[in-house]
Amino acid sequence: MSLFFSQVFNGVGNGVVYASVALALVLIFRTTGLLNFAQGEMALFSTYFTWKLTAQGLPIAAAIGVSMVVSFVAGALIERVLIRPVEAARNPLNVVIVTLGMFLAFNSLAQLVFGTNPQQMPSLFPAGKLGSLNIQKSTVGLGVVLVIECVLLWLLLQKTRIGLALRAVSSNPESSRLVGINTGNMLMLGWGLAAALGAVAGSLVAAKGTGFDASLMQQVLLYSFAGAALGGFDSPLGAVVGGLVVGIAEALTVQYVHALQGITIIVPLVLILVVLLVRPNGLFGRKIVERV
Amino acid sequence: MTEHGAAPDLMLELQGVQGGYGPSRVLHGLDLTVAKGEVAVILGANGAGKTTTLRAICSMIRTEGTIRLDGEDISGWRTQAVARAGVAHVPQGRGTFIDLTVEENLRLGAISRKGDLGPDLDRWYGVFPRLAERKDQAAGSMSGGEQQMLAIARALMARPRLLLLDEPSLGLAPLVTRELFERLGQINREEGLTMLVVEQNASLALQIGHRGYVLETGRIVTSGSAEQLAADADVRKAYLGF
Repeated sequence: MSLFFSQVFNGVGNGVVYASVALALVLIFRTTGLLNFAQGEMALFSTYFTWKLTAQGLPIAAAIGVSMVVSFVAGALIERVLIRPVEAARNPLNVVIVTLGMFLAFNSLAQLVFGTNPQQMPSLFPAGKLGSLNIQKSTVGLGVVLVIECVLLWLLLQKTRIGLALRAVSSNPESSRLVGINTGNMLMLGWGLAAALGAVAGSLVAAKGTGFDASLMQQVLLYSFAGAALGGFDSPLGAVVGGLVVGIAEALTVQYVHALQGITIIVPLVLILVVLLVRPNGLFGRKIVERV
Repeated sequence: MTEHGAAPDLMLELQGVQGGYGPSRVLHGLDLTVAKGEVAVILGANGAGKTTTLRAICSMIRTEGTIRLDGEDISGWRTQAVARAGVAHVPQGRGTFIDLTVEENLRLGAISRKGDLGPDLDRWYGVFPRLAERKDQAAGSMSGGEQQMLAIARALMARPRLLLLDEPSLGLAPLVTRELFERLGQINREEGLTMLVVEQNASLALQIGHRGYVLETGRIVTSGSAEQLAADADVRKAYLGF
């Protein structure tokens, strides 16, 4: 039984990472109605940036902070320069192709700029287990970071004017313009926030293993997509729950389903498939009713 | 009528406005004025360009010609800039933020202006008590009439200089429509709020209107005081049904 629980906590450790990336996906989906396939690779770039700062001697916490700010600006610029001109064509498929292109471009660019050798990211959290419990301190740390992210996002979206404007743009862009909201600025804000969230997730996940390279976020993105699909692409709460469930499912599969040893990647794919079949809007997603 | 320049008593002045959607032109040189404190009504058949006229004023379509708001040329401004200049537009189909709460919708109406919203909220909750009862409810869960009240209250939260209303009676029961127009007339009398109303229900609209325009294929074909239009034989036959 203790093996079971330690696997569950392992899963939670991965799950919080999936949850934060899923949260970034949901944030962009809510404001723009887009799935950003480049979310993971944007986070990879941010992660390398964090690592570069620590290699220059900056403490990890400060490095993540700087990386978040830079990623926020970069995310907003990407929306303005790469996404918006394509969106003007009013064909969602065009934007999807652009985010796929960004996926490849950012991955290659990261290798070009930062090299292909595995790098070691210092951990934000102390090593070892928590007291007599069989839980890694880093797992608790990741959980705390996720909770802080959720609370800050909730406060921003529910308690501030700018958050209300963000939600208005995702609810009805035309009416938003009619009440005087600059919808373009809100879209830039959404992309910036998502990029900053990605920077945190990438920098933390990179410290978990023994060195990271340009493939760091590819598996994470797939699991995060599964988490977001499970929770519902328009629900931040769903993203968090979905990400955690996927992480736990992954860890338990590794431990108990020997037939899937080495091919656990099948878990998120099956989850996406099942969710799409049974509940296309996800567990917490709203059903979109077209009004005529 | 002024031919050149802006007259001080005009809230809205359209001169030779042309516009449409992509290659298809809907407005063919529209001239129209609304004086300050006045309710102007646009009548016309389906496809005459009534909604397009309101969309042109808010820069939701590309236009040529001159559009002046209180003497200032606003043609070519962005939609959000027109809104911030004091034009509140209640679009056809209401344009409510259906997944946000009633109160959030009202707060969004005033999002472009600073200051405490409390007094304004209390005020419009007083005029539309149904909204106060449902303030924490999702806007989309309300009936069509309640949503129309919400859309109008949201527009009023902006403290606009000019209120544009596109088919406010669409989909409403006759009694609800009558109540709505009574409220609108009352707001115009008490606040002196200038309104430009597009409405199928011509007799009701002309009751609260001071001035009327009849639009046909993107041009004004008849204009006059509301009384004149209501007495005009052609208008009666085409839009009042008797």
